[in-house]
Amino acid sequence: MRKFIFMAGTAVALALAGAAVAEPVDEKLVIDGEIEIVTKAKAPEGHPFDEVLSGWLFRTAETRALEADSFINPAMLTVEDGERVWNTVEGTEGKSCASCHGNAAESMKDIGAHYPKWDAATNRPVNIELQINKCREERMGAEAYAFDKGGQRPLTTYIKYQALGTPVSIDLSQGEMQKWWDTGKDLYYTRTGQLNLSCASCHEVNAGKYIRADHLSQGQVNGFPLYRLKNQGIVSLHNRFRGCIRDTRAEMPKAFSDELMALEVYVTWRGTGLSVETPAVRH
Amino acid sequence: MRFSVATIAAAAMLGLASQAAAETVAPGDVKFEDGTVTVSVSGAAGDPANGAEVFKSRKLGNCLACHTNSAMNNELFHGDVGPVLDGVADRWSAEELRAIVVNSKAVFGDETVMPGFYSLEVGKFVSEDLVGKTILSAQEVEDVVAYLGTLKE
Ligand code: HEC
Ligand code: HEC
Ligand code: HEC
Repeated sequence: MRKFIFMAGTAVALALAGAAVAEPVDEKLVIDGEIEIVTKAKAPEGHPFDEVLSGWLFRTAETRALEADSFINPAMLTVEDGERVWNTVEGTEGKSCASCHGNAAESMKDIGAHYPKWDAATNRPVNIELQINKCREERMGAEAYAFDKGGQRPLTTYIKYQALGTPVSIDLSQGEMQKWWDTGKDLYYTRTGQLNLSCASCHEVNAGKYIRADHLSQGQVNGFPLYRLKNQGIVSLHNRFRGCIRDTRAEMPKAFSDELMALEVYVTWRGTGLSVETPAVRH
Repeated sequence: MRFSVATIAAAAMLGLASQAAAETVAPGDVKFEDGTVTVSVSGAAGDPANGAEVFKSRKLGNCLACHTNSAMNNELFHGDVGPVLDGVADRWSAEELRAIVVNSKAVFGDETVMPGFYSLEVGKFVSEDLVGKTILSAQEVEDVVAYLGTLKE
């Protein structure tokens, strides 16, 4: 009966041919039948939407299934890689992450749900990638990872995974976080490139619609780093930001630049209340 | 006086341009009147068959990214960001369609997400290799407009 209703709905949508918005699915995500994921949350005050929605709701049944079962989620291999790096001694101090932080399941629990954070030392926000680099340089006597290189994606994935299921919330009262949020908001609504589109052109005005084969979501960040079927590999958040900007035919800001950090602060706020889904699976 | 200087300058520019293409109108010189562009921007007629290619090519018009077009049902995946283009020539004249393709913002307002295909009013931080370039050439615009003219119900 449910199926019949769904098909009737599809027929109506097709009859309206494009005028209709394809709704995100009305389904619950429970990973391994245990971990309940918040994929819909009431939007924080001042948000353009009433409800924030996870990108998971916009993906096909096959893709959704891959994320719901950690035995078939291809990104769980990256989590295992991350655990290995966590325990590997590197640098002149002869230490691994575990030397100081012990068991990540305890020391890193839920931490990934509350980044970016303000970093007084550098006077700017840090994300998990930058915090890892800080510990490597300042505490291990090891070199900072270059963007998307070395252990950066596996470790970030591993740390975020320790917050799986925890709702995202960031503290904008720290340092100058509010200022960075403002800058991020400006960027979100700035039209870029030869195609003259802003983030909002696709992820706000047209969320729920199709752009060619892609079902446009709200462009939430709660699943990153995530597995992209198209790349057959793990994709970092700043790589995704850069890809979306490139698609407007604009120059891409560098990873971890002021622009992309401001965008990360603002877009993370836009997903307040959604669970961390790392490692999510998307197209 | 001003006027005549401008005219001379324009004439000089046209003189230079004429070596390349007969009467191509530069993107900044296209005249919009009441949501229409009456003059062919390439100075030549459009070819609807090539227009269909430009329309579907992801590298050129990529119109299917945002529009459904039943006349191209053999192409996979039509978007629905913009209206269905079936019968679009019954709704708009050729001059209006030209204005929409050249710079949709001149017709629909600044808020529209449809790119201007022959306009230099673009977003910030344009890729270096595309600075000063339009998405489509003047002739490609005319070809697409000629193709849109075939979409009648
Ligand atoms: C020599 C000890 C030491 C080592 C080795 C070390 N860290 Fe740290 N780490 C710290 C200290 C102390 C802090 C808290 C102060 C700060 O933020 O710098 C910290 C903070 C952190 C935080 C932020 C926690 C929070 O509450 O926000 C993360 C994440 C982190 N480390 C990850 C790592 C990773 C990953 C590695 C291995 C690449 C690592 N650390 C190696 C000492 C260490
Ligand atoms: C031309 C349309 C377009 C523009 C402009 C655009 N994106 Fe995207 N974006 C997409 C598409 C298509 C996807 C993949 C499908 C989806 O989740 O919407 C995507 C995905 C994303 C995702 C991943 C969502 C998930 O659940 O995995 C994020 C985050 C994102 N975009 C952020 C941005 C930001 C920030 C901007 C502005 C700098 C931006 N996008 C601009 C089209 C766009
Ligand atoms: C990024 C999405 C996008 C792309 C790409 C795009 N359009 Fe549009 N188009 C729109 C939107 C949205 C509208 C509705 C106008 C509005 O109100 O903003 C529209 C409106 C139109 C209309 C008027 C339709 C009607 O029935 O009122 C025509 C004609 C048109 N587009 C042609 C084209 C052609 C030809 C191309 C390719 C060269 C193209 N569009 C590419 C988004 C797009």
